[in-house]
Amino acid sequence: MARFLLKRLGLATITLFLLTIIVFFGAQVLPGNVARRILGGFADQRAVDNLNHQLGTDRPLLTQYWDWITSFFRGDLGLSLSYHVPVSSLIGNALEHSLKLAAFAFIMVVPLAIFGGVVAALKRDSIVDRVITLAGLSLAVVPEFVTGILLILVFGLWLGIFPVSANAPPGSDVLVQLKYLFLPALTLVILLFGYIARITRAGTIEALDADYTRTAVLKGMPRRTVIKRHVLRNSLLPTIAVVATQTGYLIGGLVVIETLFNYPGMGRLIFTAASQKDFPLLESAVLIVGIVYLVATLLADVAYSLLNPRIRYATAE
Amino acid sequence: MTVAQDPAAPVAVPVQPDQARIARRERLRLLGRSPTFLIGCLLAGIWVVCALFGPLIAPHSPEFPDVLNKLVGPSGEHFFGTDRLGRDVLSRVIVGARAVLIVAPLATLLGTVLGTALGLITGYYRGIVDEVIMRVVDAVLAVPLIIIALLAIVALGPSRVTLILVIGFVFAPIIAKTVRAAVLGEAQLEYVQAARLRNERSPYVMFAEILPNVMGPVIVEFTVRLGYAIFAVATLSFLGFGADPSIPDWGQDISQHYQFISGGVWWPVLFPSLAIATLIVGINLIADAIAATFER
Repeated sequence: MARFLLKRLGLATITLFLLTIIVFFGAQVLPGNVARRILGGFADQRAVDNLNHQLGTDRPLLTQYWDWITSFFRGDLGLSLSYHVPVSSLIGNALEHSLKLAAFAFIMVVPLAIFGGVVAALKRDSIVDRVITLAGLSLAVVPEFVTGILLILVFGLWLGIFPVSANAPPGSDVLVQLKYLFLPALTLVILLFGYIARITRAGTIEALDADYTRTAVLKGMPRRTVIKRHVLRNSLLPTIAVVATQTGYLIGGLVVIETLFNYPGMGRLIFTAASQKDFPLLESAVLIVGIVYLVATLLADVAYSLLNPRIRYATAE
Repeated sequence: MTVAQDPAAPVAVPVQPDQARIARRERLRLLGRSPTFLIGCLLAGIWVVCALFGPLIAPHSPEFPDVLNKLVGPSGEHFFGTDRLGRDVLSRVIVGARAVLIVAPLATLLGTVLGTALGLITGYYRGIVDEVIMRVVDAVLAVPLIIIALLAIVALGPSRVTLILVIGFVFAPIIAKTVRAAVLGEAQLEYVQAARLRNERSPYVMFAEILPNVMGPVIVEFTVRLGYAIFAVATLSFLGFGADPSIPDWGQDISQHYQFISGGVWWPVLFPSLAIATLIVGINLIADAIAATFER
């Protein structure tokens, strides 16, 4: 187990290193001249040189990379160009908001999608199965802003039951806050449902076809007991671990959903940073998103291997 | 689709050319009978026709601002109403198909070509090349496509070429992963060993021997990715990072009008939204049907 963990951790570290290079090159090297990109083509050359000097983007690339990466891991994310405050204070606040929204969505989608997937698997190849699978996958590929707009139109405008903005009035209690978060969270639920349901369906079908299930049925066990004790136990736990790898999707979706619902989370922060050409904020935010994803995948891998010794032993060899 | 039609095909190819042709005809027959595929073609087909002949079909000019009739609801004159500048929403929806249907397929094509080459190379050579490339793949996958695209567009400036390059380059490693898995299965087979024993050069073995036999996953991957490319292009133009702000574009039209929703103005956002949804669902049904024929 220790070897497996070390190997996973090592791989994640290498991936993280490559990720920092991608982010750094994406934001500092591709623009060629950072200050020119920020100030625009008509700016005075002296102003451009000044800003480049101020940002440190006139130094050799390797020095810049080293400086950026060492201060990043010391917790110093630099100053935001558009807000003129430390990037870390902006990100801390935004992360909290995004986590709240994501947690609400996950609490709704996980039971719902698992239920859908299990039902589809039990009624394999029937109409119910086709509807759950196709509808789930079709909904998952529609962009979040389209689903979000449709939900706003139906629930916000025509039925008038849910507020169109995600921001509850300050000081309102948890229930009111949840009411305001419902439409954005539902948009995420629709995005994630199809994928989780499909994994659950595949896992359940595999367990249904397994020899131990047939043995249990042939032993004369009631169907309900077989499903509860043999099928679900083998199909659900890995599913839950796989769900954790959905965080990447989730964060990508947040950029759009938070912008649409005007919700001050990580996604909207990245969007604002991109529109304002706020390179320090953008770099740090993207890197943090990447780290969150890597950590989540790592945890999912570990959880999955804990639940499934076959994986653990196969990779340790 | 010119799989295994090479007249000088070596004897060791596992699927004989005429056999491959029969299999292909069988797959096409299955597709023609699949309701999923037909509905998908219908949905996507409408928008392809609009992209090709949009200006001929549109009842009004998509650009003409009828300043006296701004934000007027659907009527006999304007079936989908008019937008904030008094432009005909129906015409903009029809002509807007072009913006997304130029960028997305080209980006997907670029990604598929690069990804297939990368997958063949990593799957064939394995070892250190494989390890290095797969780590880069993981790093790219750690950041959602939309966020990488934002980063690159801010750095390079928005344009059609930037969009195609960014989406293509992000797709390449994802497609490479799938192709690599398929190649790993093929590389052990006898016909590959035979080709090696004949002293064929590696590029020949990869592209002339293995590639025709992994075309299934490549085609499936292309259709699936096409759906995601449309997703990405529409989302980026909604966020204001589209290729060209001067031409009608669904995502952009939605972003410029959703602020009016609270005032009861739903038509300039509903119709482009439905357009995006139907196009993507259509492409996805096609992808689903094609994948199903290859699974048999």
